[in-house]
Amino acid sequence: MTSRLMKSFAVAVFSIFSLAVSLQAVASGGGEENDSTKKKSFNAQEVIFGHILDGHEFHFFDIIHDDGTHTPVGIPLPVLLYSPQKGFDVFMSSKFHHGHEDHDGYRLLTEEGLKKLEGKGIEVKKEGLSVGKIIAVDANGNWDKSVNLFDFSLTRNVVQMILALALLVWIMISIANKYKKGIGVKTAPTGMQNLMEPIIAFVRDEVAKPNLGNRWEKYLPYLLTVFFFILINNIFGLIPGTANVTGNIAFTVVLGLISLVVIVASSRKYYWGHIFNPPGMPLGIKFILVPVEILSFFIRPMALIIRLFANMVAGHIIIICLISLIFIFAGLNQYAGWGSSIFSIAFTIFIYFIEILVAFIQAFIFSMLTAVFIGQAFEEPHHDAHAAH
Amino acid sequence: MDLFLLEAVANAGGAVGAGLAAMGAGIGVGQIGKGAVEAIARQPEALNDIRANMILTAALVEGAALFAIIVGFLAMVI
Repeated sequence: MTSRLMKSFAVAVFSIFSLAVSLQAVASGGGEENDSTKKKSFNAQEVIFGHILDGHEFHFFDIIHDDGTHTPVGIPLPVLLYSPQKGFDVFMSSKFHHGHEDHDGYRLLTEEGLKKLEGKGIEVKKEGLSVGKIIAVDANGNWDKSVNLFDFSLTRNVVQMILALALLVWIMISIANKYKKGIGVKTAPTGMQNLMEPIIAFVRDEVAKPNLGNRWEKYLPYLLTVFFFILINNIFGLIPGTANVTGNIAFTVVLGLISLVVIVASSRKYYWGHIFNPPGMPLGIKFILVPVEILSFFIRPMALIIRLFANMVAGHIIIICLISLIFIFAGLNQYAGWGSSIFSIAFTIFIYFIEILVAFIQAFIFSMLTAVFIGQAFEEPHHDAHAAH
Repeated sequence: MDLFLLEAVANAGGAVGAGLAAMGAGIGVGQIGKGAVEAIARQPEALNDIRANMILTAALVEGAALFAIIVGFLAMVI
């Protein structure tokens, strides 16, 4: 008899979502004969990084058989590769059999794959290779360094972001059409309007109006877009088994750069004068102040980027660590595992609710600080001796 | 230095850094809570404004602590 142990974070307990798709996934993942991983103890680091980093599949849990082999259960995603030597290649990531097999001269790197490369004298860190990366291999199974591989795959971050975006656009367009028809304007709002109207009014009254003066109407669409895009991705990331989109540095860097562009585009002469020639300062202090002001110009979007990234990553790591504790204790003693699971799950639920709060707070702070910086950028000089600092 | 010892020192550095960051953030959030409670005691009618600002500032302090944690983490990994 096969004993089934739900490893990884206890997705099945929480999520109906994973149950809906797991049957289909078992069909694709369970039929693999060569899927033999050696029996190993629970590795918390691997589970944590497997969750917070991007990947070529949605991974829910492993089924561990009596002989110690693992059958990972998840949804495979399309892989899209291009290299000048081999051209375009499109296939599903299930063809890699979770990194155990090469497909068409490509290999998905795993922990073991990296160790094998290291055994062949390749300095893995120096070459920028890591778990989850796809490399080209030649007929003998050696790394073919001459192939210049570009990976445009629909990874789980991309897929989840597109899903979140589609849902957001659908919600927003449907409520916008209702307002156009007059529902919610002359009559009481209906359906989804009841949920969205207070949030939109909150962003308008608390974020846009206090910081942007009489030009708030011009920037409100951007602030609302940023707010809801971050919010929906934060909340999607909290569904167990999904990807960690807002905890991906590339995602937050792009949002931060867009904010920087908006800040620069709305800046006026006074703003640049404040940076390069601070008014009312003696020459000696200008030498110190100008570099500081230039630095702060770049640090402000950087702080936006890292704040969102670090908050979301930290939240996800805390949740997985608490769940991992159960398996670490269970590795010592089965009863310790059962006993610690009560406390772990209670703490996890507590942190989970805090994370829902953080999802809102981070979306609010990102749009709030963007609004503050935009407001500073088009500020006019005060004709007041005390304000000229 | 011995490579093994180097890794141990890096891990210790990351852990000490995270601890210091947690201490700083604790002091900061404590000050915010103190200020908020005192302000509410003085002006109970401004409760909602104070609460909103308290949460916002606490999140900013937490963000600063998380920068330090990321740096500590990088010290251990790289």
